[in-house]
Amino acid sequence: MRVMAQMAMVMNLDKCIGCHTCSVTCKQAWTNRQGTEYVWFNNVETRPGLGYPRGYEDQEEWKGGWVRADNGRLKLRAGGRLNKLLTIFSNPKMPSIQDYYEPWTYDYETLLNAPAQEHFPVARPFSLISGKQINIEWSANWDDDLGGSQEHAVKDPMLKGIEDKVKFEFEQTFMFYLPRICEHCLNPSCAASCPSGAIYKREEDGIVLVDQDKCRGWRMCVTGCPYKKVYFNHKTGKAEKCTFCYPRVEVGIPTVCAETCVGRLRYIGLMLYDADKVLEAAAVEDEHDLYEAQRSVFLDPHDPAVQREAERAGIPGDWVDAARRSPVWKLISEYKVALPLHPEYRTMPMVWYIPPLSPVVDVIKDTGYDAEDKDNLFAAIDALRIPVEYLANLFTAGDVRPVNDVLRKLAAMRSYMRDINLGRDPRADIPEAVGMTEEEMYEMFRLLAIAKYGDRYVIPTAHGEQAHALEELATDCPVTGYDDELMETSGPFGEGSGRGSLTPVAVENLKMLQERQSADTLVSGASKRGRVNLLNWDGRGVPDGMFPGRTEPAPAAASPAGPTASDATDDPSRLRGGEARPDNTAGAGEGPR
Amino acid sequence: MSTFLWVIFPYICLAIFVVGHVWRYRYDKFGWTTRSSQLYESKLLRIGSPLFHFGILGVAVGHFMGLIIPQSLTDRMGVSHELYHVVALAGGIPAGIATLAGLAILVYRRRTVGPVFSATTVNDKVMYAVLALVILLGMWNTIAGSLLTIGGEYNYRDGVSPWFRQIFWFQPDASLMAGAPIGFKLHAFFAFLLFAMWPFTRLVHVFSAPIGYFTRPYIVYRSRDDRPGVATGSRAQKRGWERVG
Repeated sequence: MRVMAQMAMVMNLDKCIGCHTCSVTCKQAWTNRQGTEYVWFNNVETRPGLGYPRGYEDQEEWKGGWVRADNGRLKLRAGGRLNKLLTIFSNPKMPSIQDYYEPWTYDYETLLNAPAQEHFPVARPFSLISGKQINIEWSANWDDDLGGSQEHAVKDPMLKGIEDKVKFEFEQTFMFYLPRICEHCLNPSCAASCPSGAIYKREEDGIVLVDQDKCRGWRMCVTGCPYKKVYFNHKTGKAEKCTFCYPRVEVGIPTVCAETCVGRLRYIGLMLYDADKVLEAAAVEDEHDLYEAQRSVFLDPHDPAVQREAERAGIPGDWVDAARRSPVWKLISEYKVALPLHPEYRTMPMVWYIPPLSPVVDVIKDTGYDAEDKDNLFAAIDALRIPVEYLANLFTAGDVRPVNDVLRKLAAMRSYMRDINLGRDPRADIPEAVGMTEEEMYEMFRLLAIAKYGDRYVIPTAHGEQAHALEELATDCPVTGYDDELMETSGPFGEGSGRGSLTPVAVENLKMLQERQSADTLVSGASKRGRVNLLNWDGRGVPDGMFPGRTEPAPAAASPAGPTASDATDDPSRLRGGEARPDNTAGAGEGPR
Repeated sequence: MSTFLWVIFPYICLAIFVVGHVWRYRYDKFGWTTRSSQLYESKLLRIGSPLFHFGILGVAVGHFMGLIIPQSLTDRMGVSHELYHVVALAGGIPAGIATLAGLAILVYRRRTVGPVFSATTVNDKVMYAVLALVILLGMWNTIAGSLLTIGGEYNYRDGVSPWFRQIFWFQPDASLMAGAPIGFKLHAFFAFLLFAMWPFTRLVHVFSAPIGYFTRPYIVYRSRDDRPGVATGSRAQKRGWERVG
């Protein structure tokens, strides 16, 4: 047994309202730079739909992930080492920018500069890739909320085999949202595809990262990842991917996408797993067994033997403790309501999903029956092959049984809790029908429905004795140069080269912001390098750089009024008091310790 | 003049080549990349890029045979002059044509595909010009010098090759080059110019050929603290954050 710890996430799809807040805040934090216009570390897809990039799940086409060879061993679907090196001069299976979308902007200037005229001026779209005028024909989430589904959603690769059963007539269809980030797999095929060995899995928390200094831009990872969550930065020529917000997670605060999730549907916690069993589990013959196989890799943190082994493997005690309290462990292994996304790719993904019951509930509601009644719900889950088969294609390689079990548990929870909420006697037979005790069911309800901040996120901090190396303190960033002015990014050898400048990764959660805003002392809202982040500015004090510097008074007028004028200029800086104070970045780093 | 061209100039260029690479690797690992434009355009690249790269690898092997292996060695092995030339031309001409054809496709692509063109820096353009010139001159030497024998036959293994080897023993004889035809002189001159430019262009990606991929395990594990230079990333640690003990 070789115990390793893995930072993992579970998303409760029933609660996702498709607001895209996670995508937007993630983009603002990580990919609002030239070269990453089309890069969405986090995106939210409407299902059924094509996803992002278009049709990425069709591995016959895109060749991502692993396949089991006849000899029972895993091999990369896009070809092994020799194959990779022979095709290194031109990757045969790389999505083009058209498969994502061509990012654009508008020439807003024509709106401002237009002379008085009969017709309104129009801001035309311009490509951010070629700089030429373009017709917008596709974008991320072009098929959001089933828009144009008659044309697009029918091409969803996950509908294969059940096409005839899915109706896309407006009244009869179903849909739900699927937020996606990097899966931080236990057996990452992107890392395996990288010729340079630049993509690595962190030993401590299993986060998969790209070493920007080692990446040479061979682009094999883009093909290798079946989820298409490694992106090619076309300005720097390097691969970039979701970092699980490691600078935040290291200091114990959740990822940006989870922190800002309006529906509070994301859970973050540790999973302990047996690293020796990963390959064996990923190579089981029957795809339907992959879900169970992956669960068998996880180790019970309550088991004393596991705790002993974890200690021997150098996992700190507070991490084992966090693994015991992990909401992810509860949802995956205790309640067994979370399922992996596409286990058939054999990468052992570590962002799991609670499948949505709402499509089923909606159908019953429409028929006029009681949609909270256990028997109605159970019958509907059994009778409604869609969406259950569709969900099975996403989460269990097409095996309907585990999806059925999860949906029955969620349905039972609804019925059971309704009795309690209406003041009736709770019925013990409801949890029993799905193999749970009343206590378990109530605990599950607390975790899924009440979902307190502290229950959703159990994130042990990296250790104090290692603190000097943490990103948040050393203020180093793997993606350098992104805080520079747009046009300055071209170094002597092309984009982003020779960037020695270090940009601190700003972390501040809502609680810290609140504390800062309600503090008695004046806090400078100034961000680094004299630029002002007005989103963070709390209206207290005057940040540096908010107003242009005062011009010196004319010499003639200055002689009588001289001292007063200089006093006045001194005053705000005294008021600011921000110079000696650590800015909000440092403050955030100290917060959770 | 001939001492400058064939002794001083090559050493300056080689010094820049070596020191430049060391310096760039230390200063600019982040800029060390192929800067692929495949995201913008794939169809032309799929033909042009392998043609060019496999071609130039063949050319490199040919140069190794012609420049590094002395004539005396092949003579002793019983390889006749004629046989050597047949082998050299049979290998060199197809490799050269593939290189040139690939280069033509890639330059055409770079010029005509909008996004690729706008991603091309001045640095790239100068490098492409010198690279194309070197390849064209080399091709000309092969065709005119060895195949059609325009301007008399010239055995570069008597002139250019010994001079090139002497550079590495630090005793180059400039007169060996002075007697070579103008085509060979230009080829050698611009080749050394290219060597001097090399570390400062995207050509550095030649030295990141991922040979280690064959031997490393598929999944790379790295510790959070296990960072070259101790501090974050691969940069040196900062003052005041040195590791104790």
